[in-house]
Amino acid sequence: MIDLTLLADGGIGWIDASGPASPLVLSTRIRLARNLAGRPFATRSSAEDREAIAEAVAGAVAGTEALGRAASFRLDRLDLRDRLLLHERHLVSKELAGLGGEPAPVGAMLLVQGRVGAMVNEEDHLRLQGVVSGFALDAAYAEVDRLDSELGQRLAFAFHPEFGYLSACPTNVGTGLRASVLIHLPGLVLTKEISKVLQGLAQVGLAVRGLYGEGSEVVGNFFQLSNQTTLGKSERDLLDHLGKMVREVMTYEEEARAVLLRDARAVIEDKVWRAYGLLRYARAISYEEAMNLLSGVRLGVGLQVIPDVGFYALNKMLVHTQPAHLASAHGVAIDDPSLAVHRADFVRTLLQDEGRRAG
Amino acid sequence: MTCQQCGEREAVVLLKKVEGGEVRVMHLCERCAAERGVPEGDESAKTPLGAFLAAMGGDAPGESPLSSAAALAECPGCGATLQDFRRTGRLGCATCWTTFEGPLRGLVRRVHGATRHVGEFYAQPGAEPADQAAVVRRLREQLAVAVSDENFEQAAELRDRLRGLE
Repeated sequence: MIDLTLLADGGIGWIDASGPASPLVLSTRIRLARNLAGRPFATRSSAEDREAIAEAVAGAVAGTEALGRAASFRLDRLDLRDRLLLHERHLVSKELAGLGGEPAPVGAMLLVQGRVGAMVNEEDHLRLQGVVSGFALDAAYAEVDRLDSELGQRLAFAFHPEFGYLSACPTNVGTGLRASVLIHLPGLVLTKEISKVLQGLAQVGLAVRGLYGEGSEVVGNFFQLSNQTTLGKSERDLLDHLGKMVREVMTYEEEARAVLLRDARAVIEDKVWRAYGLLRYARAISYEEAMNLLSGVRLGVGLQVIPDVGFYALNKMLVHTQPAHLASAHGVAIDDPSLAVHRADFVRTLLQDEGRRAG
Repeated sequence: MTCQQCGEREAVVLLKKVEGGEVRVMHLCERCAAERGVPEGDESAKTPLGAFLAAMGGDAPGESPLSSAAALAECPGCGATLQDFRRTGRLGCATCWTTFEGPLRGLVRRVHGATRHVGEFYAQPGAEPADQAAVVRRLREQLAVAVSDENFEQAAELRDRLRGLE
């Protein structure tokens, strides 16, 4: 079992809801795809190549400010529950964690320190990332840019004068930058405006994904909005464009919420209090049910209908009710039937504490 | 609606064919549609990348947008061919980007709407002064393009970077 105390704030500092607009936006994440010059990309690399890449990266980060004190995990040597736990924290992709049907690739490594991290031997040799609380593209970019500069002086990255940073997949070439904002949009879902908004976003070149990124479903009305293209615009322009669009979506969401309160106050109040009631008193809750109820309560708190529940507590419930988190906390397997009961216990206790703290 | 060809399975594909100036519409099941050459409902063709990849290494000669020489070329860096790229959707190494530069430029344009990286410029540690000179030359070129496009924000950024290097 991995020791998460190795990770300052467990690699999920963003859950403290301290960032701008954190009632609506849970986190802002920026990743940069980088490859080492002179080494084959993932599809053509041998186990030896991959080990050598992991070694080169581990050596290069040693003296850096950004990752010099990083906690390091070898995903190809961890058991399933620990790999799932790191994935639930959004620290590693499904593929690198060996959860996508194939085992974790040889040399699969994760480095985490505070708000930055690096996935090693993913589709690209390096996926550097910075994650911050709330809607804060500049802050997230500053984190990952510092890491990129430090590593770029110690390792030779593959770079082409015309195409920019080279990647294994042409969709990531150029800046290698993917910025994504995890946003909660229950108002747009309830007013059925969401499909229009999502279509609009696709038209302006943004991608919309579910809670766990590429290929994942939308649960609990949480959406990940990110830039689709990575080349032909500077990092600054890519971030500005995404930022502008996210601000627009936030405005739409706020308008939708105002409409809900104005036209259907009783219905909404009933809905969010029912969600609260179930979380506060139920004795067994499935993961999907918990996500939907948490979405309801989050909306209720945002609308100031439900008092005395903080966004930190809401984020904590979101993270710690996931299967591998509960399974690790209770020393059971990730499909243990007791998880539904442990989940209900966790949210009940937390909501009780929140009420007591406020009261 | 049932398939108009086999009359058995559910029709899921609407095939429109122009024949001699006449438009013929047929409702077909997946299997009969495939027999008539409609690509099956896989991931390829749904994305620009998938469509491009499907077109790129087309098995039938004449369908491929590439000359046979390019289609047969092997990357000196890793031994990958365009067929490998078509199969996996991933390049084999950094040298593939130079080996298959022509076809990749077309693909990159389709995916990103541009082919030239205008973001941060990177010089490898210990890069030769000659490389530095090339970096400066490239930045100057980009600056000229940015100015002629009246993209002043980008021009300012490029000028700052040039100043840092010179």
